[in-house]
Amino acid sequence: MFEIIAFYLFSILTIVMFCITVFTNNSLYALSALAAGMIFISAFFFLLDADFLGAVQIVVYTGAVMALYAFGMMFFDSLSTVKEKIKNPRLVFLLSGISALIIVIIFISPIIGSNIVAQYPVHPEWGNTQDVGIVLFTKYLIPFEIAAVMLLVAMIGGIILAGKKMDVSYSELSEEEIDALEKEDSAKDEK
Amino acid sequence: MTLNAYLILSTVLFVIGLVGVMRRKNLLMLFFSTEIMLNAVNIGMAAISKFYGDLTGQMFAFFIVAIAASEVAIGLGLLILWFKKKNSIDLDTLQSMKG
Repeated sequence: MFEIIAFYLFSILTIVMFCITVFTNNSLYALSALAAGMIFISAFFFLLDADFLGAVQIVVYTGAVMALYAFGMMFFDSLSTVKEKIKNPRLVFLLSGISALIIVIIFISPIIGSNIVAQYPVHPEWGNTQDVGIVLFTKYLIPFEIAAVMLLVAMIGGIILAGKKMDVSYSELSEEEIDALEKEDSAKDEK
Repeated sequence: MTLNAYLILSTVLFVIGLVGVMRRKNLLMLFFSTEIMLNAVNIGMAAISKFYGDLTGQMFAFFIVAIAASEVAIGLGLLILWFKKKNSIDLDTLQSMKG
């Protein structure tokens, strides 16, 4: 009973939050709604006995990813309006509808693997965190290491990409120097 | 709750993300919609993991979280670079390959 109520409550909340994210025109609202939706998704992980995944969802997504987005939004004028006129809306909506329908059919079609045997079975007496740790550090050790290297490479790449042309600090220059610098930049762009 | 209920929820969230990717022209919204789609898949993975008593689904969900995190780092860096170059976060400005 409790699980059913929790499932429907959090489903409605998540769907509403993500709809706000997708359809709003204010990027600050979109960011806040996305963060709230991520928190609500962690509730499903707790309902599904994936406690560690739920904690990771809260810490990584709402803690790290949303903070990174909020930080990144400071670098550009995120409130500037973007012209969102689609040239051929009927085609786009038709394509969205068809692909959505295909996805639904894929999911709703009867699950083929009725004779699936659990490769790494769950041990309820161990608790989820210990279970995950044992499987992650034995069977999935190499993918785990590769994911670590990938995160390192992504971090360095992000720093290099975002830090380009940051050797000049505008706040330490006078107005004339900034004007001269921008004129130089625009002359370089036109070349 | 049955497995199908969780899979239907996952599908609905995935479709919301898909509509966002196809409809929005704001590059920031493209990243947000991608996050929604990745999260929708994670719910499906966790549900299958629970109802088949297998930990593989949760493991894949962890790796999806790692991939999403690195996607944000690289994507946001590229977005900042693009905004510095073009002064716009409109998806249509990406159509030219002139550099």
